[in-house]
Amino acid sequence: MDFISILSIFVLACFVGYYVVWSVTPALHTPLMSVTNAISSVIVVGALIAAAAGGSPSSKWLGLVAVALASVNIFGGFAVTARMLAMYKKRERQGDKTHA
Amino acid sequence: MPAWVLLAYLISGVCFILALRGLSSPESSRRGNRAGMIGMAIAVATTLAVHEVASLPEIIAAMVIGGGVGLVTARRIQMTAMPQLVAAFHSLVGMAAVLVGAAAYLNPEAFGIAVRITPILGPSIVSILPVSRIEMGLGVAIGAVTFSGSVIAFLKLNGNMSGKPILLPLRHVINLGTILGIVLLIAYFTRDQAPWVFFTIAGLSFAIGFLLIIPIGGADMPVVISMLNSYSGWAAAAMGFTLHNSAMIITGALVGSSGAILSYIMCRAMNRSFISVIAGGFGGEAVAGGAAAAIDRPYKRGSAEDAAFLMSQADQVIIVPGYGMAVSQAQHALREMADQLKKEGVRVKYAIHPVAGRMPGHMNVLLAEANVPYDEVFELEDINSEFAQTDVAFVIGANDVTNPAAKTDKSSPIYGMPVLDVEKARTVLFVKRSMGGVGYAGVDNELFYRDNTMMLLADAKKMVEEIVKSLG
Repeated sequence: MDFISILSIFVLACFVGYYVVWSVTPALHTPLMSVTNAISSVIVVGALIAAAAGGSPSSKWLGLVAVALASVNIFGGFAVTARMLAMYKKRERQGDKTHA
Repeated sequence: MPAWVLLAYLISGVCFILALRGLSSPESSRRGNRAGMIGMAIAVATTLAVHEVASLPEIIAAMVIGGGVGLVTARRIQMTAMPQLVAAFHSLVGMAAVLVGAAAYLNPEAFGIAVRITPILGPSIVSILPVSRIEMGLGVAIGAVTFSGSVIAFLKLNGNMSGKPILLPLRHVINLGTILGIVLLIAYFTRDQAPWVFFTIAGLSFAIGFLLIIPIGGADMPVVISMLNSYSGWAAAAMGFTLHNSAMIITGALVGSSGAILSYIMCRAMNRSFISVIAGGFGGEAVAGGAAAAIDRPYKRGSAEDAAFLMSQADQVIIVPGYGMAVSQAQHALREMADQLKKEGVRVKYAIHPVAGRMPGHMNVLLAEANVPYDEVFELEDINSEFAQTDVAFVIGANDVTNPAAKTDKSSPIYGMPVLDVEKARTVLFVKRSMGGVGYAGVDNELFYRDNTMMLLADAKKMVEEIVKSLG
């Protein structure tokens, strides 16, 4: 991909981010932070490339440490978000058992 | 890269968009979180499938160790400690970005960002592409700032470090000088890829992250933590540019804008400019004066029985929680109190100020943890007009966000900040540990001395438990 197509993706994604985040309900701002945390660990892709490649042992070890750190975030971030989201419940009304 | 790989990363990016989109309502949020997990799985699987993996066992070991630590932490962490946890997680993203940047610097050919130049004489040289050098420099710089800044934020939130601002002399000059130095070095990096340039960029960036956060007081942490959230996104985006990876770029942009918007919301809720928050020093300076003024003014003090009686007679009670509720872990007792009141036919609602607590949405999570239904919990603008028709406003652990001086006293440091109009309720019950302390802004709250205010001086949790006993 050339620089301009990458830049286009980036700029458009910023706009998508802007509108999507404004539509997040304030009650869920803490889960928003923890889930953005989890997804920003997609940086693990870079870590995996470094860890998988031969040629430079120091680069490989840096990559492996980065894989471990990013994994803490991926698993921890999604799990803690799921744990929080499971807590949000609607009011129980008599005879209404449809809530999650 | 083959087309299917590009497509897979694109799908993964779309999954991340859906993960955030789901958060528009609690019902759809769980589905969104699953979309995020799927996106991450696609990104990881694609990367492993498309590269020749020379060290699969080590990679799996690293993922198992990291993942295990993450899962155990996520299960054990107390909800009141979420701000610290998020800060700690940010620091890991920052560090991972620095490490990936360093790995790419040491082995640029593996990342496809270098050309090998073979002169007629001498050994061949691996030259990193100039554009990639800028992207790499930026990624490492932002990652390092995110790391050291988040470590300081973590220490402050976790109480290992005082929440008071630490003010170095000439800090603005030092900070601006350091930032300028980093920018110049990144520019120079395009001409000279020597190790000292790369590692000085990283070193200075670690330093500036530290310097930027130490002068910021505890009450401004919601802004800081949102800002670091944003930085961790930009770091991922910069690395995405380096690796030409659309999943990373989309995610980086999403997370970057998310953090930026949250910072903006928090600043607006405090009526402060982003610059003044970042410049730091707020809170802590005026404390001495405010505390002295608090001692001699007359106020009404009530007991748990008085509070129980007043609330059981009310038609509607609005509960206003703040950071103090989190500190004393009073949310479960509070829900019990609300249940008792509901049994007596009282309508109970919760009013949440955007900056209540130490991170955006902190109070909502704690109430959700205590099984408070989310449709009883209201944001400032949705409930503020209701205080005038409310019999009792029950303020627990909040202070500055209820201070009427924000509306009337132009000399007050919090003047202009949107506040909850609790004083309009017929009676205000204000739970506070003692009369001595003041809020984080260091301002006395005139609400304490009003005729319709009754102070309930005790630990928040103990007071609520006593009220529950008196109600039962």
